[in-house]
Amino acid sequence: MTDFAEIWSYLSQGPLLWLTATLCAYALGDACFRLAGRSPLVNPVLVAVAALAVLLHVTATPYATYFEGAQFVHFLLGPATVALALPLYDSLPRLRRALWPALAALVAGSFTAALSALAIAKALGVDGPVLASLAPKSATAPVAIGIAERMGGSPTLTAVLVILTGITGAVVATPLLNALRLRDWRARGFAVGLTSHGIGTARALQVHPTAGAFAALGMALNALATALIAPLSLSLIQQGIP
Amino acid sequence: MLHALILILICQLLGEMAARALGLPLPGPVLGMVLLLAALVALPRLGLLVRPVAQGILAHLSLLFVPAGVGVVGHVATLGGQTGAILLAVVVSTVLAITVGALTFAAVARLTGSQDD
Repeated sequence: MTDFAEIWSYLSQGPLLWLTATLCAYALGDACFRLAGRSPLVNPVLVAVAALAVLLHVTATPYATYFEGAQFVHFLLGPATVALALPLYDSLPRLRRALWPALAALVAGSFTAALSALAIAKALGVDGPVLASLAPKSATAPVAIGIAERMGGSPTLTAVLVILTGITGAVVATPLLNALRLRDWRARGFAVGLTSHGIGTARALQVHPTAGAFAALGMALNALATALIAPLSLSLIQQGIP
Repeated sequence: MLHALILILICQLLGEMAARALGLPLPGPVLGMVLLLAALVALPRLGLLVRPVAQGILAHLSLLFVPAGVGVVGHVATLGGQTGAILLAVVVSTVLAITVGALTFAAVARLTGSQDD
């Protein structure tokens, strides 16, 4: 009989083990989310990431090995982004009627995201490439990374900040918007997608279909807007204009 | 299901090609989303084809961010001595942006009389 160490060394080389672990960790996160009465503070992504991080640490597995299995899940981000056309299409008549609110919220929200992050970071002594990596963090990851690179930021740091922004938005959105007494699902969804891109959109889809469609719209529009607003905000902050 | 998957992947592929060829600042999948939306507007019957597969993928959209999220854990240490400042900037700016975005949307919707159904 083969001992466990040999089976482990065989399995840990292939993609099957970590693909299964990723799906199981997410199922665990989802179960915790349901057990907590769908509380937004128990975010399934956050639970799954924490569980997997502990597992990788305990088994001394490098991220590259993990990603060989997880890449199949990661790859689906592209097709999933394309598939967001469907909720957008379903809400098209309502989107047309909400053109001005959406454009106003886009400009106000996108500037707020970039300027407030840069102002806080600069006031606390952060500078240079880190500021450039921080400015586009509300855009979806591939867009944010491209923009940050053009401004002299770091792609890895930008990816980290984009994910942190997404998870923060997904966790705070529901309690925050309830405290603001906003009942318009369009406004709620749009602001969350605009600020926390795909992770926020995924959260909005769980909450309400209208919120999900407007979140997808907010994410898509802010991918465009950030390309202009992030460099502008960075130069404003660096020149010392508050 | 096969044809729906092909349609989605072709939209993404065309999006990637257009982004590269034209040097656009947008990622291929976002352009692919615009393409699929245009296709659905032009041919509403495509909706019946794509719907089950698109809804299947979107039902677990959160799952797809798990691998990238795990990658982030290892990199939080690279923020160095500025970790606290950066995390504060991320959290506060996210709260402010959601607040400003949602309130602006609602205020302009009231001004322009744009109501939801």
